[in-house]
Formats: sequence, C-alpha cells, structure tokens
Amino acid sequence: MLQVENIHVSYGRVEALHGVSLDVRQGEIVTILGANGAGKSTTLNAICGIFKTTEGAIRFEKEDIHTLAAHAIVARGVAQVPEGRRVFGTLTVRENLNLGAYTCNDKARVADNRQRVYTLFPRLAERVDQLAGTLSGGEQQMLAIGRALMGNPKILLLDEPSLGLAPLLVKAIFETIREINRSGLTVVLVEQNARAALKLAHRGYVMEVGRIVLEDTADRLLADPEVQKAYLGGAR
Amino acid sequence: MDFFLQQLTNGLAVGSIYALIALGYTMVYGVLKLINFAHGDLFAIGAYLGLTLLTAFGLTRFLGPLGVVIVLALMVMGLVAVVGAVLERVAYRPLRQAHRLSAVVSAMGASIFFQNALMLIYGARYKVYPHDILPKNVVSLLGVEVPLVRLLVLLTSVLMMVALYLFIQKTRIGTAIRAAAIDQRAAKLMGINVDRVIMIVFLIGPALGGAAGLMVGLYYGQINFTMGWMYGLKAFTAAILGGIGNIPGAMVGGLLLGVIEAMGAAYLSIAWKDAITFIVLIAILIVRPTGLLGERVAEKV
Ligand SMILES: Nc1ncnc2c1ncn2[C@@H]1O[C@H](COP(=O)(O)OP(=O)(O)OP(=O)(O)O)[C@@H](O)[C@H]1O
Ligand SMILES: [Mg+2]
Repeated sequence: MLQVENIHVSYGRVEALHGVSLDVRQGEIVTILGANGAGKSTTLNAICGIFKTTEGAIRFEKEDIHTLAAHAIVARGVAQVPEGRRVFGTLTVRENLNLGAYTCNDKARVADNRQRVYTLFPRLAERVDQLAGTLSGGEQQMLAIGRALMGNPKILLLDEPSLGLAPLLVKAIFETIREINRSGLTVVLVEQNARAALKLAHRGYVMEVGRIVLEDTADRLLADPEVQKAYLGGAR
Repeated sequence: MDFFLQQLTNGLAVGSIYALIALGYTMVYGVLKLINFAHGDLFAIGAYLGLTLLTAFGLTRFLGPLGVVIVLALMVMGLVAVVGAVLERVAYRPLRQAHRLSAVVSAMGASIFFQNALMLIYGARYKVYPHDILPKNVVSLLGVEVPLVRLLVLLTSVLMMVALYLFIQKTRIGTAIRAAAIDQRAAKLMGINVDRVIMIVFLIGPALGGAAGLMVGLYYGQINFTMGWMYGLKAFTAAILGGIGNIPGAMVGGLLLGVIEAMGAAYLSIAWKDAITFIVLIAILIVRPTGLLGERVAEKV
C-alpha cells in the first residue's frame, strides 16, 4: 500500500535520511523504532510531503506521492498525528475536528466520522466547545488522533502517541490504535515505548542515524537479543 | 458636550479607517509572521485608483451618489486585491524559505517601489477628489450636528469588519486561515493548501486597505503619494495596540487609536496629533507588548 524506496532527506546541508526504505501493506500495523534523532519523524514527514526528498521515491497505492504538495497527499488518504500533537490550541475541540475533515466534502461522511471519534473518545464529546490548548495532555492526544480520523484516511501515521502520558493512558491509547486498525485502517506507529509498540504491531523497522538497520516481524524483533539490549532495556 | 461628541464621532470614523488598514497588517502577520511594509502603499493605491476611476469613467453621470460609491468601492477593492496578490507572488513567495529579514527588506523595497510609482504616475502634488459626490447633509445625534459622511464612513467600515469577522469565524476557509496562523505544518497535515491561504489573506487585506484609501479620499477630499506612510504607521500601531495577529484586536486597536488621537488633538494640541500615535506605540510596547487582546492561551507541549 505504501512503499518508501531509498529516500534521502536533507535539512540544509545536513542529510538526515541516507536512503530509507519501508514497505507497508494494507491492514498492517508497522512500527518504526529508533533512538532519538534516528530520523523517524523525518521519515513520516517526508511521506506526508512536509519535507521533500532529494532522492528516492514514495508510492502510495501505486502512485508516486513524493512529487505532490503536502495537502494533496493528505487528500489521498494519508493522515499523520504529529509528534507533540500540534493541536490548534486557540481553536475549540469542535473546530480542530472540523479541520481534520478539511479535505472531506461529504457532509454525511463527516458526521459519521465525528460520531465514530466521539465513540472512541467520549471525553472529546464532553468538551467540544473547550479550547484545545486547555485540554490535558492525554485529551490533546485523543484530539490529535480524533482529528486525523475525521478525514477518513486510508493510512494513519502516528508519531510517538504515548509521549508524556501516564502508563494507564498509554495503554488506553494503544488499545484504541488496535481498535482503529481492526476496523480496517493501516497504521504506521513511531514509538520510544518499543516493547508496547512491538506487542501491538505486526512488523517493525529499526532505524539508526538515518538508515534502516533491521526489519522483521514484531515477534522476532521482540525476541532479538540486539533489539532487547538496545531498545527493550535488556532481556526479560 | 457638543465638542466632545464631534471629536468622538470623528475619532471613531478615522479610527475605523485605521482598523480597516490594520486588519491587513495583522492578517498577513498572522499567517506569515511578516510585517508587510508595503501595506500602507496598497492603501494609497486604493485612494488613487478611486480617484482615477471616478474621473475617468464619469461614474457620477450614470449613477446616484450611493451607486457611485458602491461601484467604486467594489472596483477599487478588486483591483487593490489583485495588486496585493501579485505583491505576494513576486516579492514574498520566492523568499518563503529564506531568512525572515530577507522578506522584510523585500517588503520595504516594495513599499519604495509603490510610492515612487504613484509619484511618477500621478505627480508629487496633492490630488483633489471631486467634492460633489457625497451628500453634505448633517444629521442630528443627541442634539449635535454630525456630518452624514462621517457616519457613513464609520458604518461602512464596521459593516466590512463584521463581514470579515463572520467569514473568519464561521466559514471553512476562515477556519483554515486561523489554523495556518497557529501552526502551518499542522495546517498542511489537515490538507490545507497553505499557499492558497496566504494568497487569500493577500487578497482580503489589500482589498480592505484599498477601501480605506477610497474612504480617506472621499472623506478628506485630498490625497498624496506619501499618505501610505503615515496611515500605514498609524494602522500598524493600531494592530500592535490590539495585539498583532489578532483580528478583533486590530478592529478595537484602530477605533481606540482614532479616538485617542482625536481627543488628544482636541484637548491637548492639534500639533500633537501624530506624536500621540508614537506615544501610544511606545507605551504599549513597554507596558503590554502582546497588545490588548494579544494574549494567547498557553499551549501545553
Ligand atoms: N528542522 C530541522 N532542522 C535541522 N535538523 C533537523 C530538523 N529536524 C530534525 N533534524 C535532524 O534530523 C535528524 C533526525 O531527526 P528526527 O526528528 O527525524 O529524529 P527522530 O527519530 O524522530 O527522533 P526523536 O525520537 O527524538 O523524535 C536529527 O539529527 C535532527 O537533529
Ligand atoms: Mg521524532
């Protein structure tokens, strides 16, 4: 469904990705693990057209998207929940959700999606008129995910959704991701919380300084001694 | 009381013109974090285009005074909007990825260009609007005779501001403009074409500025190629006063500055009229740099 082929991305003169390739199939949860600065967020933003690739190609549903502007990529069904949530703080919850449906012209469909988001996160339904900036961190994360779902995406890219959340909430968010995936949505999950991510995902990639160094099924990555040492805090 | 009401209505009328111009500064600042120094000159272009259209087509022969003003306003707004959009395309878009200062220099260059273009085309002397267009009536307000034109200026500006406010608050595009002003990257991730949003802002701001230029021409009767500088500075002060980037702030700031200026000129000294603006600007920068309405809700990270 999504093929990333040997992409290079630079910030000014510094190259951050030196040829990253990924393959995501329909219906999967794929996780990308890696230390800080490995290039995980850069990869997601390259997929979404926020950063342009200098080399390589990105294909979504067999079409090149690395040549498109970010808004056009979103319109094709690629949604991202960015690192740090980036909800629109001075807009209300309702307005944030409406913006998530910006590319969707079908009113009935938007109403459906809204209902779905409220079912997933009843907390948001209670706070529709509250400014997003005044929500708690966990509520903001729910809003960020809900907002991404409003546009009816075909693939959802999540960048560290558990960042800064209490363990119980992390569990709830991960459960929600599983639920969303079961309903048919393909998911790419970037996480620091490697163990939880691998338990949730079907397959995983490990990144180190701008490259993919390992790729396997989630079970095998969980059992891999190298991965355990580097990302899972030793064997258990 | 009579004197006070005269000053108040005059201050509000002039202030509403400042507010219209200030909206252009504040909206552009909102989405680009750039002070469009050429905005005052777009306002001046509006004043001159109004004069040209008025005299060239002899509109007064076909239409009544109200019709003339409406047709004129629409034409001026449309044309100045196009100039604004071209300005964005030529002077700002190529510098989108460059250092902030480059765009500021480009803005100043555009301002100098517009000012000199106006001088070359229309000459350096004051130009006079035909003064038989608008009614000379006065209306009685709380027992005070106030020129009708003054009230019309105020009313028109307020109507435009209300329309803009509703557009920004209630429509899909308006929400997209607000989103792009808060976080461009997140706006792109919502599927918003941020380049188009910026273009729309560069149509609306100059259209309002052009309308303001036309109003000054009609209200005061004479215009000059440097008028963009003084009005621009005052409107900029109004935008800072209300909180730059904040749309209702620009409206409030403009009206307030107009009233402060009128009162200062009336009760202190007319010579102080322009200095008052600078005093307000300095005071607000010292006491409350975020402006009156500029306080944003803290965003949790
Ligand atoms: N806007 C930027 N300008 C310059 N360099 C950047 C920029 N964003 C990221 N980088 C650099 O690119 C590299 C990859 O960063 P990226 O944000 O993709 O890492 P990450 O894997 O998401 O890390 P983290 O887990 O900390 O979020 C880092 O070396 C980083 O310093
Ligand atoms: Mg990151």
